[in-house]
Amino acid sequence: MTREETETSGEDMMIDDPKPKIENDFNVHYLRIYYGNLFPYTDIHKWLSYGHGTCLFTCLSFFLSHSLKSFKNASLMEAAIKSNFPYKIDIGAVYSVDPDKRHAYAQSGTNLFTPVERELVFDIDITDYDDVRYCCSGADVCSKCWPLMTVAIKVIDTSLREDFGFKHILWVFSGRRGVHCWVCDAKARRLTNEQRSAVAEYFRVYKGNENNAKKVDLMGHSLHPFLARSYVDFLKSFFEGELQATQSIFSSKEKYEKILGMITDEDIQADLRGKWENSARSSLSEEATSLLRWEQLKKALQSKRNKALSLRTCVEEIVFTFTYPRIDLEVSKQMNHLLKAPFCVHPKTGRVCVPIDPNNCDEFDPLAVPTLSQLIEEINSGGLKMDVDDDDSDSSLLGKSIKFFRSSFLEPLLKSCKEEIESSYKTKIAKTKDSFSW
Amino acid sequence: MEVIRSQKRTVSNDVVSTPTLPLYLIAPHMEVRLEEFELFAIDRLRVLKGVSDGLARARNPNEMDDLVETLWKEHMRLSNVSEMINKDIISHFVLRLVYCRSDELKKWFLSMETALFRHRFRLKKIEEQRAIVGEFGLPYKAVIGAELESLKERLGLVARSHGQISSDVENIYYKVPFEEVPDLVASRRVLLQKGFAFVAGTQLVSLVVTQFRSHLSKALILTNRKWTTTIREREKDRLTPIVEALSTSYLGPDYSQSNEYADISLKDIDQVSKSSFPLCMRHLFEKLREDHHLKHGGRMQLGLFLKGVGLKLDDALAFWREEFTKKVGSERFDKEYAYAIRHNYGKEGKRTDYTPYACSKIITSAPGAGDHHGCPYRHFSEDNLKAALSRMGLSSRGMEDVMDKVRNRHYQLACTLTFEAVYGTSCDTGINHPNQYFEESQKILKSKTPAAPV
Repeated sequence: MTREETETSGEDMMIDDPKPKIENDFNVHYLRIYYGNLFPYTDIHKWLSYGHGTCLFTCLSFFLSHSLKSFKNASLMEAAIKSNFPYKIDIGAVYSVDPDKRHAYAQSGTNLFTPVERELVFDIDITDYDDVRYCCSGADVCSKCWPLMTVAIKVIDTSLREDFGFKHILWVFSGRRGVHCWVCDAKARRLTNEQRSAVAEYFRVYKGNENNAKKVDLMGHSLHPFLARSYVDFLKSFFEGELQATQSIFSSKEKYEKILGMITDEDIQADLRGKWENSARSSLSEEATSLLRWEQLKKALQSKRNKALSLRTCVEEIVFTFTYPRIDLEVSKQMNHLLKAPFCVHPKTGRVCVPIDPNNCDEFDPLAVPTLSQLIEEINSGGLKMDVDDDDSDSSLLGKSIKFFRSSFLEPLLKSCKEEIESSYKTKIAKTKDSFSW
Repeated sequence: MEVIRSQKRTVSNDVVSTPTLPLYLIAPHMEVRLEEFELFAIDRLRVLKGVSDGLARARNPNEMDDLVETLWKEHMRLSNVSEMINKDIISHFVLRLVYCRSDELKKWFLSMETALFRHRFRLKKIEEQRAIVGEFGLPYKAVIGAELESLKERLGLVARSHGQISSDVENIYYKVPFEEVPDLVASRRVLLQKGFAFVAGTQLVSLVVTQFRSHLSKALILTNRKWTTTIREREKDRLTPIVEALSTSYLGPDYSQSNEYADISLKDIDQVSKSSFPLCMRHLFEKLREDHHLKHGGRMQLGLFLKGVGLKLDDALAFWREEFTKKVGSERFDKEYAYAIRHNYGKEGKRTDYTPYACSKIITSAPGAGDHHGCPYRHFSEDNLKAALSRMGLSSRGMEDVMDKVRNRHYQLACTLTFEAVYGTSCDTGINHPNQYFEESQKILKSKTPAAPV
């Protein structure tokens, strides 16, 4: 069985970014050097082989050349990537038949070219938070709004492990303004589209469009334990702490009107509005003002809490609106969606898509991720080994990331794959033994 | 299952696994009479089509429960319980043969049988539901004792998050891999822990329906294999024709009794023929006016249609006489043709009240030289059909769509598209019967101009 890279034809595969423009940092020459010397072929190939030694018909798509290839081993994949110098590499599903030959199979009427396995993936993009971040918008990201991604990682990662029991989870910086999550447990890879959709919907809270002021509706008399845990462990403290400091969501009329619009009680709205208009010229800092107003809001809601069901969860709804993860549902729901591969280079920023440690995600700074030109400079200044070995690689810009990828993700994953292959082999042997008994 | 011709049927004891709701996990060992083979299947098909109709009309779950209960009583009830169960099982397996034969048929059957199962399950009492879960041989254990205690608080939160006011939890929860209950996970109606969902007794339906669907889906693939490799050939003189006819059989109203839309008077009939007749009948009508004669096939097809449309016997006699006497004279008419008309209305001979032909019958008829009956979408040449459609008022674009269907041999769809183009409205159920076309057309026209005659 072989690992394929596939043609990016519209119908059966969906990709995020259409062909991007070349930016300064990012040119063919640098790419050549990167893919010639730094891209961790062996590790990626080992990952995608899941212990089988060779990859199954996995869909890999290279942007410059739209061709389909099969790779029996890492060096073949390496050779192909090097000769193609892609803009970026996308990884798709493992298919039932050789994608090269899929048109031949189409003759029979029933669709034999179907996805068989695919990691459970999530894509979180900061542009989906534009209505609640005031420092940047669109493609920009800064240290003030990046913490939204950090909180998202914590909430989702915890739930994937605690609620769903997944273990082999890889978080990757998307290269510019978001994060991707790859859940690689065998159980996750075998989920049907319907089951993926169920997981995505389980995570879904925000249902926003321009038409409704209230985009988070937490009905019922209590929060589901998953939401309650997320709130208590991550969201509440983030909202009352870092968010106020970086976004000051109450400090201007335009900002606080948005929040007042989420309170379904007109009287409370009017009351708070009055208070805040009067204190508009206070000498407090933006952050202090925001915190004060938040306390006032909570107090106002508390007093009327028992009078209307819709007010009971209003505080939580506001917190969720500003902090709860907003995943791209479509990416997760379908097996045939392609997603950018870890360690490739983002065309617009030149940054490498490095893994993020969910246990240390507070430390991650998207603006400090090595860029293609930085890496090239490092090579040029000499002293960098071409192969990243385990012993003294920490010094190189990329070495630390690769080491992390190997030790905390790849090795445990391969160990578990091996165990699974062995146990299924044993079961097979046991079955054939039984068949001889009368 | 063995299909036999004998009068008596022997039923083995291991047929009835569940008292009231079979799971159809394995084909039963029983003998089935040939007539029952077809009749049982048709009755079940009526139920499934009723379910399909209910779903198409977006009925809510409680309405669907009632609908299913009504349909089941109406079509599947027999004098004793074990007979009912046998009919249930037999009809299901016969329909598997019918609906395994293509992806489209499989998809429809799977959806309808799953919906039928879901609502029959919902109508059962909780003890029966639990028994059914057991029948599936699902390895899910009930969570009790200390484990349940440790989860109680969070289970209460889940219940409260969906509108329950108290924190009470049910007595029994099942620990199930989350993949088995995707809809409950998606709506956060279950507690999740380390990959397991805790499903309450009242939520069992979700679990069971997933199993049912999965099992039936696999079974249909196997059935299809068996059908194509052995059964179809082996049964080509006996069961195969029945099976092949069943999926296209017409099960709608038979229009043998006219209704309120169908009080046609002779003076309106020409206008009505232009405004509301489907192409097949319009053609026959025009030819009758033109030639003052129609051959036997045409007389039957048009005559019965007019009866369904509400033309009374006396008016019918007057109508045909008016035309035929222009060619053959009134004595010959009385002698040779009037009898047949009265016969069609059940006033002669066997006194059977004949039913107007459905599209399936019309399409499969074989008009010869001088005949004008049959289905124009099938039997006309492309040029003639285009001319006829143009006279009906279709634009060239509309005509192209229709012709496309015709070339792909979807004659009824072609007629449906014609209907939609003529009346500017969509016909979701599709045209299956000329009288249906007529009635739908009259509905639309009357709603547009309530007072004026149409």
